[in-house]
Amino acid sequence: MSNINRAFKNKSAFIGFVTGGDPSIEKSEEFILDMIRAGADLVEIGIPFSDPIAEGPVIQEANIRALSAGATVEKLFGLVKSLRAKTEVPLVFLTYLNPVFHYGYDAFFKRSRDAGLDGIIIPDLPFEEQAEVREAAVKYGIDIISLIAPTSRSRIQEIAKAATGFIYLVSSMGVTGVRSEIRTDLDSIVTAVRDVTKVPAAVGFGIHTPAQASQIGKIADGVIVGSAIVKIIAEYGGDAGKYLYEYVKAMKAAIGQ
Amino acid sequence: MSDLQGSFPRKGRFGDYGGQYIPETLMNEIINLEKAYNHYKDDPEFNAELTDLLNNYAGRPSLLYYAEKMSADLGGAKIYLKREDLNHTGSHKINNVLGQVLLAKKMGKTRIIAETGAGQHGVAAATAAALLGLECEIFMGKEDTERQALNVYRMELLGAKVNAVISGTQTLKDAVNETMREWVGRVSDTHYVLGSVMGPHPFPTIVRDFQSVISREAREQILKREGKLPAAVIACVGGGSNAIGMFYHFIPDKTVKLIGCEAAGLGVDTEKHAATIAKGSVGIFHGMKSYFCQNDEGQIAPVYSISAGLDYPGIGPEHASLHDTGRAQYVPVSDEEAVSAFEYLARSEGIICAIESAHAVAHARILAPKIGNDENIIICLSGRGDKDVAAIARYRGSNINE
Repeated sequence: MSNINRAFKNKSAFIGFVTGGDPSIEKSEEFILDMIRAGADLVEIGIPFSDPIAEGPVIQEANIRALSAGATVEKLFGLVKSLRAKTEVPLVFLTYLNPVFHYGYDAFFKRSRDAGLDGIIIPDLPFEEQAEVREAAVKYGIDIISLIAPTSRSRIQEIAKAATGFIYLVSSMGVTGVRSEIRTDLDSIVTAVRDVTKVPAAVGFGIHTPAQASQIGKIADGVIVGSAIVKIIAEYGGDAGKYLYEYVKAMKAAIGQ
Repeated sequence: MSDLQGSFPRKGRFGDYGGQYIPETLMNEIINLEKAYNHYKDDPEFNAELTDLLNNYAGRPSLLYYAEKMSADLGGAKIYLKREDLNHTGSHKINNVLGQVLLAKKMGKTRIIAETGAGQHGVAAATAAALLGLECEIFMGKEDTERQALNVYRMELLGAKVNAVISGTQTLKDAVNETMREWVGRVSDTHYVLGSVMGPHPFPTIVRDFQSVISREAREQILKREGKLPAAVIACVGGGSNAIGMFYHFIPDKTVKLIGCEAAGLGVDTEKHAATIAKGSVGIFHGMKSYFCQNDEGQIAPVYSISAGLDYPGIGPEHASLHDTGRAQYVPVSDEEAVSAFEYLARSEGIICAIESAHAVAHARILAPKIGNDENIIICLSGRGDKDVAAIARYRGSNINE
């Protein structure tokens, strides 16, 4: 059983996202540990990228802040390694494909395993192109997290069948960012996924309020929150820790209610 | 290749380049687009409509003009100019746009979006949308909206909404990012009219096919005129749509040298250039595997060129493959060489060409004298230079009011 399953054991998981190195690698570590103390079951760490085409303005700006502060892939491996010494909560990278390609697939996934990473989400790597990294990821035991979008209807079966770790259900059309309303018919997508796999399915994109978390938590195996967390970091900078703790605690409490 | 890899279909490859590296949300739409294109490209009715638009609206076939004075002055090969600047809206961009907007309409789309650098693709897209009755929104880097203000106004006159993109370097790369983001948000009624032979499959193929009219005509025209194939064909390369259009029907003619001219800006030894083949490396970005200007971490580099249309950190995947196999050659041309060629063509032939196209003219000035006068070469004059006159004046130190 992959370590990622730990996050979904007997409960609906809260999954938090931070952009690694925003505002610094040290602060990212502190924030992630604060979120875990508040009840986060899995943490996504974004590798900052110059041109994050699937992200809205909040995460775009976090990428710029992290890169300007000198974040590198190597330092992010250091962050994962340091976190792994302090927590067993599953950790996954979110990265665009180019930094991984540039590092070299085999070297990247070997380093990932050695650092203690559990999985990887690559927003610009659809199912059709997974051959690109699958061999190296499998070799070093890193789960590739597949995404399923509202437009994926005819593809849900084949994507879900090949999925490992968890499945990332994109709640709605568009880029990342908070939304006042999630309109997609998530029930039927979750049902279609559950027809073919036992791999847990978590929902992300747009979720920011406890009420949304509660609603999604009833349907899916997990709730993913990115922009709302990154917004707190943008607002409070180095002092964001206690606000993140409170926010995650409230969201976690709402899930399953 | 392992069994696992073999079990995944790998579509739209030029050698190892190309592919479909895009968000899952777009995959269904991209698959639909491929199906629709495969159907309509062989549909006689679609082709008749497109040919009618190209001939009776865009003004094709474009002239193959013998540049007699330039040929005499350079003292080598006879120089021909493929006059894409004479097309309606003033560049080769209209060829692709008419094809894609017609296709979008057949697919039942009511709205198109497009990125633009210099504004030529934006103007062409806005034009086709106006003609065929689709809503149109254009994304353009804020810096480019300033250096190409006239084209912004043209697009607005044509009924398009122009969005100034303030993220990143505020140029073409960021305009592509923003158009993709917009498309992810609204694919059901919207077609993204990609402006070059780049992006995810099937775009590099679709755009190449629509632009290949350039070489189909040029090949017939030169054979009729000279009774022989050219020694070389030359075109400027940003994403590379006019270049692939100029190359395509000559690719099987092994004696014809295919030469792409990329923007060297202030020089390939500086950091201010957009010379992807000369200075870039293989990467994966904007939906494709190809060559990109990037740093050691795989972060896409900010690039620079005097020409907004060449100011792009990547190159289409088919060009990447033509480079690797040696079938085409890519040479860097600096701002200074391009400006000088711009002025040279104006004075020697009375043609004010786009600063993009001037990169190809600049290389022809070096190449032509080395080739015997029993040979000929063709330069793709991808667009006209009205939009660049003020920028050239600024470059030469005088400020003229647009």
